[in-house]
Amino acid sequence: MSLVKDLTNGIYRENPVFKLALGMCPFLAVTTSVENALGMGAAATFVLICSNFLVSLFRNLIPSKVRIPCYIVIIATFVTLVDMVMNAYLPDLHKSLGIFIPLIVVNCIILGRAEGYANRHPVINSVADAIGMGIGFTMAMVILASFRELLGNGTWLNMNVLGTAYQNQPLLIAILAPGAFILLGFILGFFNILEKRKGGGQ
Amino acid sequence: MNATVLLTTLLATPESGSQGFDLGKMMAIIIASIFVNNFVLSRFLGICPFLGVSKQLDSAVGMGAAVIFVMTLATLGSWTVYNLLLVPMGLSYLRTIAFILIIASLVQLVEMILQKFSPALYKALGIFLPLITTNCAILGVAVLNIDEKYSLGYSLVNAIAAGIGFTLALVLMAGLRQKLELADVPPALKGKPVAFLVAGLMSIAFLGFAGLGG
Repeated sequence: MSLVKDLTNGIYRENPVFKLALGMCPFLAVTTSVENALGMGAAATFVLICSNFLVSLFRNLIPSKVRIPCYIVIIATFVTLVDMVMNAYLPDLHKSLGIFIPLIVVNCIILGRAEGYANRHPVINSVADAIGMGIGFTMAMVILASFRELLGNGTWLNMNVLGTAYQNQPLLIAILAPGAFILLGFILGFFNILEKRKGGGQ
Repeated sequence: MNATVLLTTLLATPESGSQGFDLGKMMAIIIASIFVNNFVLSRFLGICPFLGVSKQLDSAVGMGAAVIFVMTLATLGSWTVYNLLLVPMGLSYLRTIAFILIIASLVQLVEMILQKFSPALYKALGIFLPLITTNCAILGVAVLNIDEKYSLGYSLVNAIAAGIGFTLALVLMAGLRQKLELADVPPALKGKPVAFLVAGLMSIAFLGFAGLGG
């Protein structure tokens, strides 16, 4: 039961982006297309699962005074792994994510889950938590990326949705930097209204 | 290695051999890093401190100063380690791990040195320093300098300019948010959402710099 709870925790109740406002930098930067969002989500989820697994496994071995450097080295190792694998097998995606792959190291979600959850929970729960958080992060990115790609390019996952007439004159700003800030502002506002409705109904 | 060889190594890009000090290119880098590719508003680096520390003008200035300082030192450290240690030894894949360790230990070191020798400065910057380790702008500028194959001189210029750009965005945001305190914001947009909307409008303004400096 608690395993299911761990798994679903990250998806809505403690969604890392919408509820905790963690991991904003990659979230805003790579959501120019759904494809990028999925790639980034997969990379971050992989690192999250591996680092939560190792941190939880070694939680009784790592001295608490040097735990943060230890976590960072663990995370950086897996990030390097993802970087190299992606460069070898998905060079286009690697190129479009660019600098944000090495920057997964300083993504607060991953360090936050290592410090806030994995270092005092059993391995299975930690992995479940990582999967949930990863899905929550990916989902949030796909939501924003869908808006940006649809409005800014008329496509969704490279499929033409709004027709060529729209594509000739798209709302270009959605795909440029300001679009990310403004659309995220409205999405967060929408979540605020949702929260309030829920609170008022109870 | 004697001094001249060392100097030419430091001033040359790792790829294209020796390359002099080109003032035009330097200006282009400065303008690009401060305005055109502003770290916060166009590259999306350092969003967390941008939102977290931009409520007060004083703390925004303090954070900006701390970031410029650490960014420059981190670039010096990471560039040197990468080009003089990792590349010659064929270990360039250790880049990410090496850089994050350099930045983390550098921040710790700066904190200790400031505490010992300049308590006033420590008091001003102290609370921001631990936050800086996880500021992706610092690691970002270190990685960007390597990706762009800048020489040490250009890297340092780029780091300082990026720090100034970050400070500029932070200070502007702090000024706007202080005004926003008095504004009548729809209840659903209070807090973070309206901060993002303001950032978006600022980002539109910075789009106007596109094309400047090449």
